[in-house]
Amino acid sequence: MNQTRTWLYKNLFSTPLNSGLTVSILYLLWLMIPPLIDWIFLQATWVGESRADCLPNEGACWAFVHARIDQFLYGLYPVAERWRVNVAFAILFLLFVAFFLSTVRRRWVSALILLPYPLLAWLLFYGGSWGLETVETSQWGGLFLTLVIAGIGITASFPLGILLALGRRSELIVIRSLSIGFIEIIRGVPLISVLFMASVMLPLFLPEGVNFDKLMRALIGITLFQSAYMAEVVRGGLQAIPKGQFEAAESLGLGYWRTMQKIILPQALKLVIPGVVNTFIALFKDTTLVLIIGMFDFLGIVQAATTDPKWLGTAVEGYVFCAAVYWLFCFSMSRYSLRVERKLDRGH
Amino acid sequence: MVKLWRNSQVRGWAFQLLALTLFGYLGWSLWDNLQTNLTHRGISTGFGFLDTEAGFGIISHLIEYSESSTYGRAFLVGLLNTLLVTFVGIVLATLLGLILGVARLSNNWLISRLAQTYVEVIRNIPLLLQIFFWYFAVLRSLPSPRQSIHWGELFFLNNRGAYLPAPIAEPGSGWAGWALLLAILVTVILFRWARLRQHQTGKTFPRWRVALGLMVALPLLALAVKGFPLGWELPELKGFNFKGGWVMIPELMALVTALSLYTASYIAEIVRAGIQAVNRGQSEAAQSLGLSQGQTLRLIILPQALRVIIPPLTNQYLNLLKNSSLAAAIAYPEVVSVFAGTVLNQTGQAVEVIGITMGVYLLISLSISLFMNRYNRRMKLVER
Repeated sequence: MNQTRTWLYKNLFSTPLNSGLTVSILYLLWLMIPPLIDWIFLQATWVGESRADCLPNEGACWAFVHARIDQFLYGLYPVAERWRVNVAFAILFLLFVAFFLSTVRRRWVSALILLPYPLLAWLLFYGGSWGLETVETSQWGGLFLTLVIAGIGITASFPLGILLALGRRSELIVIRSLSIGFIEIIRGVPLISVLFMASVMLPLFLPEGVNFDKLMRALIGITLFQSAYMAEVVRGGLQAIPKGQFEAAESLGLGYWRTMQKIILPQALKLVIPGVVNTFIALFKDTTLVLIIGMFDFLGIVQAATTDPKWLGTAVEGYVFCAAVYWLFCFSMSRYSLRVERKLDRGH
Repeated sequence: MVKLWRNSQVRGWAFQLLALTLFGYLGWSLWDNLQTNLTHRGISTGFGFLDTEAGFGIISHLIEYSESSTYGRAFLVGLLNTLLVTFVGIVLATLLGLILGVARLSNNWLISRLAQTYVEVIRNIPLLLQIFFWYFAVLRSLPSPRQSIHWGELFFLNNRGAYLPAPIAEPGSGWAGWALLLAILVTVILFRWARLRQHQTGKTFPRWRVALGLMVALPLLALAVKGFPLGWELPELKGFNFKGGWVMIPELMALVTALSLYTASYIAEIVRAGIQAVNRGQSEAAQSLGLSQGQTLRLIILPQALRVIIPPLTNQYLNLLKNSSLAAAIAYPEVVSVFAGTVLNQTGQAVEVIGITMGVYLLISLSISLFMNRYNRRMKLVER
């Protein structure tokens, strides 16, 4: 009891000004929170056929999300084929569980995730063989598409970023200038212009008859863009490694690539885990930009659904749901990075 | 031969030569493909299109623009809109971020928790989603002009935008401008004198308050002498919409709101880290010298924290500039949406248009970072 009082005094009522602030904030919260809870839970409509079903209640119209949830998750992916997406994500989930549970064979599991899994996933998503019907990438959409773009973007931009960072720190002047030029130009322009470039300019630069599909072009744009940011993060780590480490590796007779792989990168990457995860989070949020070049990712499909005449006036509910999902992904990534950071911290 | 290959310097040169050749070949083949594709599709090249008539309207322009203006003019309009959004966004985001960052460190538990919640929520939601939220869910859902939310007859808010009274200059109001100029001049001299006096006698002078007073009082005095030659143009409902006054279109409001709220959450974390980087002994020393809490923050903590804050803050400003291009999604006419959108669709000259767009962003990015680097150098710790 006494402890509580001390805590209250120290943290909320230490000075008259503080007491005043505390009381006014509590009052504001009391004004805001109950109506919010009313809107989200108590007065909300959970099931219904159209906006009209929600009108009797004052609260949120979650019936809209409920009715459209399949579309939000899979986009225009044919209903009969959606099990394929589920299977692919279930396998990925199992692999991740295996990764986190096993302490000894992590290397094998990560190799499995990085090498055969993408092929299997592509086979399931796109189809075209093994008796699976082909589903064109233009039919992909929703959260599924967002996760595909983010997943591929993350796995591709990480190694590319490391290479660029090494290039920028290289002693070979040609390699260094090319890396610096690429990184600085990409970092100086917005992602949209890179996406525009990938979607309208890239076809002009390819030989006649060769063409990538739209998803591929967006992926190229996003990967190139984020790899430049990744490169700067990794460079920070490289610069923090004392010169002695390079010299020691050299005196052991290790070549450049061996030095990097065995000595420098393991230390440097560990230092920059927070930055790397922040770049992943940025990439995840940036996947929403593909809707500007006409793809229906999670945000795109929610946005399109809010204009449905049957559900007019449910925009707030759509955006709140969408925001909650994005928030969950980004927030858990940032928490995970905090944990890894603490675990890897050897307290030097 | 093997011996030569073992020589790391030779290997380095060989490797670089290879890279250069590859790069050159890539560049050449892309250029070659481009030429073939352009002739096949019948797309003209060159920058001549900048002088042809645009033939489309732009809803918001800071300089004279009409459908008969050129593409070059349209580009300029877009560029100015980008700069407007960036400037306003930077000012608002910095203010809010500073407040949030300080609040995050407040010894009031409730305040610091509120600030933390804000940062954690806003940072983890995509900016584009936030722009959509403000634009579609909030501003476009406001009542129509006839049922405007209003404050007297001066301020109106509806789904077409916000309407404010606009001052009209009548003859004689130029004096106010001259008076303001005089006030600025006096302020500059005053600051010099105040600094000199502080160096010599140690006495401080309330220079900011006096300067602010001068800047308000002198123009007012000038106007009073001339008998207030100012008029106000009030927004008025005519037909289906308001006419007159200052208009802020919902696209601009949504963009500025979302950009500044989003960037503020990043700036708050930067400010917090910067303040925490200042040694605790500094604030204790300041307190033992008898400085008040506000003085400690303003004179001791912030100047030192600024050194840590400025580099990442510059990055946030640059991000805000680049993020302003998301306006393309809600059709606010800034440079990407006007130029890389409409003009590109009309002319089809993708290479030139995208090139100019990227070039102008690079140019602004470089100038902001140059400016901030100079500021940073001035703020840097002067060591022996």
